[in-house]
Amino acid sequence: MPIEYYIFLCLMLFSIGVIGVLTRRNAIIVFMCIELMLNAVNLLLVAFSKMNYGAAKLISATTTAGIDAQIFVFFIMVVAAAEVSIGLAIIVMMYRNTHSIDINFLNRLKN
Amino acid sequence: MNTLEILFFALSAFAIISAIMVLISKNPIHSVLWLILVFFSISGHYILLNAQFLAIVNIIVYAGAIMVLFLFVIMLMNVKKDKEPQKQLWVKLIGVIAGGSFLTLLIALVKQNTSFQGRDVLLKEGNIGLIHPLGVALFTDYVVPFEISSVLFLSAMVGAVIIGKK
Amino acid sequence: MKILVAFIILWPLAGFLFNGLGRNYWSKKLIAYKATGYIVASFIASIFAFLYVQDNGAVTVHYFDFIHTDSIKIPFDFKVDALSSLFLLVITGVGSLIHLYSTAYMQEESAPHYARYFAYLNLFIFSMLLLVLGDNYIIMFMGWEGVGLCSYLLIGYWFSNGNYNYAAKKAFIMNRIGDLGFLLAIFWLIAKLGTVSYSEVLTAETVAKLSSADITGITLLLFVGAMGKSAQIPLFTWLPDAMAGPTPVSALIHAATMVTAGIYMITRSNILFTHSEITQNIVAIIGISTALLAATIAIKQNDIKKVLAYSTVSQLGYMFLGLGVGAYSGAVFHVITHAFFKALLFLGAGSVIHAMHHEQDIRKMGGLKSKLPITHITFLIGCIAISGVPPFSGFFSKDEILAAAFEKNKIYWVLGLVGAAMTAFYMFRLYATTFLGKFRGSNEQEAHLHESPLAMTLPLIVLAILSALGGAIGIPHIMGGHHWLTGQLSTIVSTPQVAHLAVSTEWILMGLSVAIAAIALLIALSRYSKQTDEEPSSAIGKFFYHKWYIDELYQKAIIEPLNKFALFLKEFIEKKVIDGAVNGSGKLVQFSARKVRLIQNGQAGYYILFMVVGIIILFLIWFNDITILRFIHTLTQK
Repeated sequence: MPIEYYIFLCLMLFSIGVIGVLTRRNAIIVFMCIELMLNAVNLLLVAFSKMNYGAAKLISATTTAGIDAQIFVFFIMVVAAAEVSIGLAIIVMMYRNTHSIDINFLNRLKN
Repeated sequence: MNTLEILFFALSAFAIISAIMVLISKNPIHSVLWLILVFFSISGHYILLNAQFLAIVNIIVYAGAIMVLFLFVIMLMNVKKDKEPQKQLWVKLIGVIAGGSFLTLLIALVKQNTSFQGRDVLLKEGNIGLIHPLGVALFTDYVVPFEISSVLFLSAMVGAVIIGKK
Repeated sequence: MKILVAFIILWPLAGFLFNGLGRNYWSKKLIAYKATGYIVASFIASIFAFLYVQDNGAVTVHYFDFIHTDSIKIPFDFKVDALSSLFLLVITGVGSLIHLYSTAYMQEESAPHYARYFAYLNLFIFSMLLLVLGDNYIIMFMGWEGVGLCSYLLIGYWFSNGNYNYAAKKAFIMNRIGDLGFLLAIFWLIAKLGTVSYSEVLTAETVAKLSSADITGITLLLFVGAMGKSAQIPLFTWLPDAMAGPTPVSALIHAATMVTAGIYMITRSNILFTHSEITQNIVAIIGISTALLAATIAIKQNDIKKVLAYSTVSQLGYMFLGLGVGAYSGAVFHVITHAFFKALLFLGAGSVIHAMHHEQDIRKMGGLKSKLPITHITFLIGCIAISGVPPFSGFFSKDEILAAAFEKNKIYWVLGLVGAAMTAFYMFRLYATTFLGKFRGSNEQEAHLHESPLAMTLPLIVLAILSALGGAIGIPHIMGGHHWLTGQLSTIVSTPQVAHLAVSTEWILMGLSVAIAAIALLIALSRYSKQTDEEPSSAIGKFFYHKWYIDELYQKAIIEPLNKFALFLKEFIEKKVIDGAVNGSGKLVQFSARKVRLIQNGQAGYYILFMVVGIIILFLIWFNDITILRFIHTLTQK
């Protein structure tokens, strides 16, 4: 499986996430698109790890090349989880204050 | 490799279609559900790449915990379909164009890069995605980040509680 | 020699600096002594320089490199030869006499203003010396500008009077117009020859290098400069107005020295002029026209200084006529004699004005000969000299010019003769109205009449002697002299034009000019010793009285359009265009800032959009060997 296929797939997913962030106004949906982006990156990292492993395996049969990427993906998931909890807490608080989750409402930054 | 290719393309298509549906859905709950489907397809990709641990963790953590959390919040907010105001059309158009050009740019970048020629992803084989090697690496080379991530979780919990309290 | 020449020019400069900077500290007596002393010292040094040149020939003194680039080298050199040493003597000699005179004339001023006057006067002498001493046109130009500046400063000396300021401005601006011509000539010289030093420009080989169009152009432009400085048509109207300055200033600047700068310049460049027939004709025509025009105006003027001013313009016209017909030594001779008798006349007029307590209208004078004896005698000597009556100096110089004119073109001679007659007429009209007959002023003026102090009469006496005997330097051959002046200038003038007339013709010419002058003189005496002119009644009289309406013409034709143009520039261009552009750019910035600020609308979505756009641009710049088009091309190819 040439690596470009994976790269293109992840790029598609990532840019769909970007479009989602730019297009939607609901804060929660925006958040979800961010998660989508993170996942696309995760997939790409895993693909790269297998690519390196495949190349290293031809040299010596018992390598652990490319395992770093998978560990990294693991940690990305960890961070994503933490971030989601905090983010949702913020959104809840925002809703409580303004009774709306429209991100345009956040134009408090204007003044 | 034929079945693998077919599998790859099927999963990819599934992922992309679900992602697009996430964007398009009016009802936020539908968006969440479509996102869960995306996660499933990505986990499918992981299994194809023999990253078993990550596939399972993806499902458990992302699809299971995080998306459920999202669902909770949505239902708590009582976000209905027609209440959510829509962005103006031209803004959406600009967003799509920006994202599209972003995509085009990156694809062009990748295509003109020749260092990826001939490097293949090893599907279905390899034991680095198994739990054992991953665990060994995690607890020997990466034990410090591992411990720190626990601190991270602690701070996230504390922060979430504090923010949610007021 | 280097030091000597440096001293000649540095003493007046020192006088300027000391008097100018110390004007609030020193007493009038001290300032007077210092200022006059400096110029007298310069005069003594000039005598030494003159004697040196007599023995050793011309000297070029090099001080430093003024402008030194690859394409052009202009050294700061002084050239002391027969021409410049003669001028040095005249400038410093007459200058010191006038300084002496001024010490008494300007007594009424307060000490700071007194010092200011002498500072300006010293600066003027310095600039004039720079002008005649320079070895190249650039240094001459520096002196040229300097004397123009000092003329402005001194005409407007009593600056509280707005009219005087206007006159000073007029003088300076007209000078400037001439300077433009001079500058253009210098540029032309540099463009064609790459040098402006006399030793390199004024040689036969160099002149052969230039085309005749070049020479004509350069000489015409030089003449434009001379027109402005030496008050020829059309740039002469500043000189009568310049009488607003103190009388010694008029004597020094507008009679003896500054106005002769143009003649000096043309004499110095005579080799260029002799090669350009057209320019010489133009110079002669303008010279004689100016002479006649000014003489006609002088006949009708009633202000003592104005008569003398127009007389100066007229005499300058004669000098230019001399230059135009090639009589260079004749013109220089007339410069020297004119310096003597015109300075004498002006200082005498100053003495009269001083006695009349600043009254200048000759209709209010009369019968002053008994009250002001020394002034009377010296003034009479000056009048006789300027009328060209032998054996006084004016006769010799004027006659030399007329003889050369006769040889060139009879018409010049006839017109010159007419002008000489008019000169005699108006000068003696002035003399008679002022000194003869009965006193016509008020009683208190009469009580005030007294002879001037020694400091004023001594220069008058000296100048009278010089005017009487100064002709000795140029006695023509036919009278037995050996024309020392022409011999002097033979090193400078390439083709000295001594008139080669038959002896008998020369005697006839001389006799005619003397006779006509004598007749005009006697007519004036008889007419004006008893009465003055009433207001001119005839049309021609009015025309002459109003100075041919030339000032009004200039006002209508030049000044008013310029003012309108300036007003237009101010209203339209300054306010709308330039201010508009400046304000507009400010407004533009404000406007765009307001629009751009809308980006900061607090909406996070926008921020993210811009972030994405920024990343796109970043990538585009970073990986700058990709082209989207190429990619799309490959896409479409697949």
